[in-house]
Amino acid sequence: MSAEKNIKLWSTLGMRATFGLIALELAKKNPELIITTSDVSTSAGLDRFKKQHPNQYIDVGIAEQNLIGVSAGLSSEGFKVISTTFSPFQTLRCCEQIKVNLGYMKHKVCMVGLASGLVLGNLGFTHCSIEDIGSLRSIPNITIIAPSDPYELFKVLSEAINYRESVYIRLTAGSNSKIINKKDYDFKIGKAVEILPGKDVAIIGCGNVLSNCLDAAKILKEKNIDCSVINMHTIKPIDKEKIKNISKDYSLALTVEEHNIIGGLGSSVSEIFSDQGSNCKLIRIGAEDFYSTGGSYDYLKNIYGLSTEKIVEKILSNYKQNEK
Amino acid sequence: MRIVKLKNFAKQVRKNIIYTAYKAGAKSAHIGGALSIADLVAVLYSDIIKIKKSKKIDENRDRFILSKGHACLALYSALVEKKLLKKKDLETFESDGSKLLGHPIINKTDGIEFSTGSLGMGLSLGVGVALAAKKKKKNYKVYVIIGDGECNEGSIWETILSASHFKLDNMTIIVDRNNYQQTGKNSDIMDLKNLKSKFASFGCDTFEINGHDLKKIYSVLSKKNTKKKPRVIVANTIKGKGFKLFENNNNWHHSVITKSIYKEILREI
Repeated sequence: MSAEKNIKLWSTLGMRATFGLIALELAKKNPELIITTSDVSTSAGLDRFKKQHPNQYIDVGIAEQNLIGVSAGLSSEGFKVISTTFSPFQTLRCCEQIKVNLGYMKHKVCMVGLASGLVLGNLGFTHCSIEDIGSLRSIPNITIIAPSDPYELFKVLSEAINYRESVYIRLTAGSNSKIINKKDYDFKIGKAVEILPGKDVAIIGCGNVLSNCLDAAKILKEKNIDCSVINMHTIKPIDKEKIKNISKDYSLALTVEEHNIIGGLGSSVSEIFSDQGSNCKLIRIGAEDFYSTGGSYDYLKNIYGLSTEKIVEKILSNYKQNEK
Repeated sequence: MRIVKLKNFAKQVRKNIIYTAYKAGAKSAHIGGALSIADLVAVLYSDIIKIKKSKKIDENRDRFILSKGHACLALYSALVEKKLLKKKDLETFESDGSKLLGHPIINKTDGIEFSTGSLGMGLSLGVGVALAAKKKKKNYKVYVIIGDGECNEGSIWETILSASHFKLDNMTIIVDRNNYQQTGKNSDIMDLKNLKSKFASFGCDTFEINGHDLKKIYSVLSKKNTKKKPRVIVANTIKGKGFKLFENNNNWHHSVITKSIYKEILREI
């Protein structure tokens, strides 16, 4: 499959439906692939997969603890397993199973967390997921990736399925998601991608909210502030080198994530800043440790400072022109 | 003649259990729950489970999962008799850096399929392994021992639903029905009532036996499963079975065997 030509279609479909399409391709190349789910075939775009590959599809019902146990059991017998359900249930609901089976015993499973972040805000915070990265990040032997758009999801899945350890893949945004990567580029787990070069401010983001970072950078460019935008798709293991360089090369850096500012990308970056010792000011944008009233994706992004306007404001109020 | 062999195997398992607990000294050990499954484990490893020591892990071996991981002394003891572990390994029990801790650590060359100990998880792994056998068209069987106290965990019931739904007739689940859990009787802490009928209502092929009757255990375990259902054996057992001091005495759930106690109880074997 020439993936590049699908960029537009996939972004229209969004990450979830794209996941289902990519799964069909993965099954062709990997006879030992099994996809396990907790009654979410439609939500994960897997209806076609289920029909075409019934022997490679296992639905354990609405039982996420068992989802991870069964997935780990299959993995221990040599299958390449992708488990999937909505992000809160794929992570927190079965957190200890993830710890023991994937972390402690190192059985490899790729977990796909659907609709993470804030996109399901109109369903309330039972269905939002601003704690997944923080919870899983404290478990050894789990890689955490938040692809920026459906095209990157394709790259992530292709690499994750043969990666050395379990991977949690965090899907954000809905259908008609923003295109972050317009053409082919080099993707490697753990290696950040600078998607916009700039010398004044570094904006480090993950997930589809990077589109707001790019829009903010565009507006700021007109105000003579040159922002770099970095796609930190892998939150663990994080690209230390890139972050160390940012801490040396910039006076202001921001992290932007659809997640609690405790435990997620912002925490990860600040840990490296702290280890390194840096004069660069770091601002973490995200949910400031509270549950908002529910509402649309845009409503919640605005409340948590993730809208383009709020990102612009934050940078304007923190960037001192004389530092140039 | 089989019964003599089984009796000897069970005797050795019990000997190894108390020897290891005694050697553990002040580190103490889970004694009661290991002794309640001693006869079950003895029959499984003596005459049922196909596994032997080899450098290359045999894909066709039967899989045994001790979901109630705290009863690991029974497993280690049987593995010694099966020559998958060495007797001297038992002396390292719970010592710094040992491969034999107070809960099993995955080590397939030694016959330990999974790290267990957090209750309610091993059974789910068993479903994955049994499903894998079906997918790979392998004939190996999966045996899982769970505790009755462990049946407090909701994940057990999630898993039983799925074992039955997937028609895992290659799976045998043994419930160690010793009527006790960590701090008291099941009936006082969380009453399990009729476990056999519970498992039957979940769609399993169920049996209820005396979990210390070696002949009976063998006869159920060796019976071919023709039902297209997972098999559940509720084994009525006595916590601490084999030693008067420990039997139905929950103080021996996790405790220390001193030298004098060791000398005294050794006579009972």
